[in-house]
Amino acid sequence: MSIDAEEVAALARDVVRSHPPRAVPVPQLMGAWYDVGLTWLHFPVGLGGLDAPRTLQRAANRVLIEAGGPEPRTVNTVGYGIVAGTIVRYAPRELAARWLRPLATGEELWCQLFSEPGAGSDLAGLATRAVRDGDEWVVNGQKVWTSLAHLSRWAVLLARTDPDVPKHKGLTYFVADLHAPGVRVRPLRQLTGRAQFNEVFLDDVRIPDAHRLGDVGRGWQVSMSTLSDERLSLGDRVTARGTGPIGDALALWASRPRAHTPVARERLARLWLRAEAQRLTVERAKVGAAKGVFGPEAAIAKLVGSELSQHVYEFCVELLGPEGALYESYDSDLGDDEGPTTYQRKYLRSRAATIEGGTSEILRNVLGERVLKLPPDTRTDKDIPWRDVPRS
Amino acid sequence: MAEFEFTEDLDDLRAMVRKFCAEFSPEPVVRATMETEAGYDAELWRRLGTELGVLGLAVDEEFGGAGAGLVAQAVAVEEMGAALVCGPVVGTLALAIPLLSAAGDDATRRAYLPDLVDGGRTATVAAPLTGGTFDAAAVTVAAKAEGDGWKAEGDGWVVSGRVEFVPDGAAADLLLVAARTDHGVALFAVDAAADGVRREPLATLDLTRRQAVVEFSGAPARLIAGEKRALAALAHAARVGAVLLAAEQVGGGRAMLDRTVEHVTGRYQFGRPLGSFQAVKHRCADMLVAVEQARSAAYHGAWALQDGTDDPQLAASIAKAVASEAYTRVAAAAIQLHGGIGFTWEHPAHLYFKRATADSLTLGTVAQHVDLVAGIALDRD
Repeated sequence: MSIDAEEVAALARDVVRSHPPRAVPVPQLMGAWYDVGLTWLHFPVGLGGLDAPRTLQRAANRVLIEAGGPEPRTVNTVGYGIVAGTIVRYAPRELAARWLRPLATGEELWCQLFSEPGAGSDLAGLATRAVRDGDEWVVNGQKVWTSLAHLSRWAVLLARTDPDVPKHKGLTYFVADLHAPGVRVRPLRQLTGRAQFNEVFLDDVRIPDAHRLGDVGRGWQVSMSTLSDERLSLGDRVTARGTGPIGDALALWASRPRAHTPVARERLARLWLRAEAQRLTVERAKVGAAKGVFGPEAAIAKLVGSELSQHVYEFCVELLGPEGALYESYDSDLGDDEGPTTYQRKYLRSRAATIEGGTSEILRNVLGERVLKLPPDTRTDKDIPWRDVPRS
Repeated sequence: MAEFEFTEDLDDLRAMVRKFCAEFSPEPVVRATMETEAGYDAELWRRLGTELGVLGLAVDEEFGGAGAGLVAQAVAVEEMGAALVCGPVVGTLALAIPLLSAAGDDATRRAYLPDLVDGGRTATVAAPLTGGTFDAAAVTVAAKAEGDGWKAEGDGWVVSGRVEFVPDGAAADLLLVAARTDHGVALFAVDAAADGVRREPLATLDLTRRQAVVEFSGAPARLIAGEKRALAALAHAARVGAVLLAAEQVGGGRAMLDRTVEHVTGRYQFGRPLGSFQAVKHRCADMLVAVEQARSAAYHGAWALQDGTDDPQLAASIAKAVASEAYTRVAAAAIQLHGGIGFTWEHPAHLYFKRATADSLTLGTVAQHVDLVAGIALDRD
């Protein structure tokens, strides 16, 4: 079946006409969106897609957003970004159908049980064990930095199934039911005062073998495939000049004429230029991605965007002057730091930007080794069994 | 053609210019040419114009060009910049050709453009463009109408005054001069060989980029654009020039990045390649980021001026500010990462570093373009 952008937009208009986004609750709207096949256009028919080119996704999303609907990713951030593509690729069809619709509507949120206290940048060194027991796996370990775990029903989980082979080769990828016995979620308070992330303790948690995605020992390859999904989804996003962190700075600048000095003006203009060059790089990447050409732009976008957001909020706090040293509250209400909030909170929150989702140091390694093809660093743990790798 | 849509035609053009430069303007040729008095090889320039046809890519076919648009011209300039081709890129390609395309009537364009596009003649612009825009208040040349018309070649006008920092000014055959009349600033064409034109070549930091002081004393001049049209055309030329220089900066930055990656991959210290050390690798990653951002900014500028899709001054200043900073930082990092060899005359890193410096000081510094951006993006009401 071949469909073009105009037909996609027409289907989208039908949905927003029958389910006016401003009147209909999000799960109902996104359910209709899913049933028509507009959630992931490149997915199979019946699983939220139309077997269509993913480059048409923007045409659909634009109609939804212009009608007042949500940016789809925000309905289930981890679910859309990391999970859905893995499920459709590796899960049997009936399980995929079971998982994907409530994922798409936001009725069942997903999170990612990857990082551990002993495995951050070196994710492949993780220690959570999964041991086979008949048709089930028994999982023990501790995960950390799990956003949304306290709200989620499901998680994708990376666990070690063979400690006697080198680290990348002994991992397996699972779907874990967070309502299963033995799962304990503890909010992790961060330096902003709030708890957006969690620690997740897994004590003899039983996972059916049917919830394994990909072969035993192939977990690393499965998790890498979601990274390329992230890269591809770059093209779905709509980026406008002067939005995001730099938009915050522009709004503050406009509201504080008495803080305008030539020095601050120059600093803001230089930040604006960096933001704009970055935005244009993303736009250029989208054009390349539409033709199936993937350059280094996604890694660059993360590296530059995160460092830039820190510099932008440093500027904002300085522009506030003494008021910048005030803070609304450190009370931990278990809320998160997303959504509209104060400049001071964004300033503190931005420290995480260069750590989460790949530190700036790791990203520079990625650009150096995968893009520029520079020789790899000496790796002492590469060819020895995971069991024998020194750990802190 | 949508923004950032690099078509097969553009890819072919890039490959063609790259091949030509590798063959006919390799480093030894650049070094030999930069030591000559003129600073460029007239024959090589002519071949770029006639054989390759890459000097008038944005010029209408009617006036000898290819009518392919500014993006195509930027691609060609990027490749020439990567090879450090010696020639009047700033004076003729980046300034005079865009200025004539925007300023003259059809007869004027027909009279001047084909020769410049063919590379048989060169031209430059003697006008205050050093601030990143055309600064009419800083015009230092006065034009007078000679009632008796005793200088027939000059259309009845003469110009007098001194212009500093004229790019490629010593070798140009044709000088396009902004001069003050009783009614404002108008644009004139002056034959560089005419009586009343004195040119003094300046010693430049970048030997591949020449400048001159040009002094007019009653030199015969031909009026090309009156007061209204001249201002708009000069402003336009400053923007096109900034965007084309930005493309050149992208090319030079990319060349330095490639060269540096090659060096740190092949050179061993402490028993391992330099590039395996994170301190080195991360600096290379930063060079890559700078080049990629500059590429986005430069080509956005080219597409915006070609298709009218953005505020032209904003697009030009974004391009020039981002690309200037990128090229100078990348060229400096290249010297550092090459170590001692990078500081020698023998290694080409200094040629790029000097070009980067010259480019960043031509047609507006980073600070001046940042100021222009601030004026547009921040100073609204």
